[in-house]
Amino acid sequence: MTNINEKIKDIINNNNVVLFMKGTPEMPQCGFSMTVSNILKKLNVKFSGIDVLADPEIRQGIKDFSNWPTVPQLYIKGEFIGGCDIAKEMYEKGELQKILKVNII
Amino acid sequence: MAIKQEEIHKLLKEGFPDADIEINDLAGDDNHYAAKIRSSQFKGKTRVQQHQMVYASLKGKMGNELHALALTTEEK
Repeated sequence: MTNINEKIKDIINNNNVVLFMKGTPEMPQCGFSMTVSNILKKLNVKFSGIDVLADPEIRQGIKDFSNWPTVPQLYIKGEFIGGCDIAKEMYEKGELQKILKVNII
Repeated sequence: MAIKQEEIHKLLKEGFPDADIEINDLAGDDNHYAAKIRSSQFKGKTRVQQHQMVYASLKGKMGNELHALALTTEEK
């Protein structure tokens, strides 16, 4: 439990933009994961896609870590941004672009 | 792995008694919904916090019986 939290902390601290998702950015396995992945691609953001289906420990661990029951989950600069609905809303309102710009990503 | 629309409405109403709640069954399969919730309880909360409050009101069903619930939350 503590181990998996440390592992997740390492991932989000060592990557500017992390998307915990089902499948990979190249081959998403779920429509919601694909939506967020495509938004990031459209914005030309370099991000690290973590496939939770490949690691059951992370799949459950990230839900506990974020206190968030679903995947995908987007982290920018170590901060939890939200799931698909929030990422999409922020993209449509230009807020996501602003966060990325402020952090020079 | 399915849940009735009335059940979701009931849980949300318990969690947010003052809320205007709108639920749509997106696929007609009792499994993919969209909900719009306007409540005064969202005041001063971030979007993440607002959605966390909604998930809490669903008592662990989100991600289990309930596969997909597209959320829009607003302050009332």
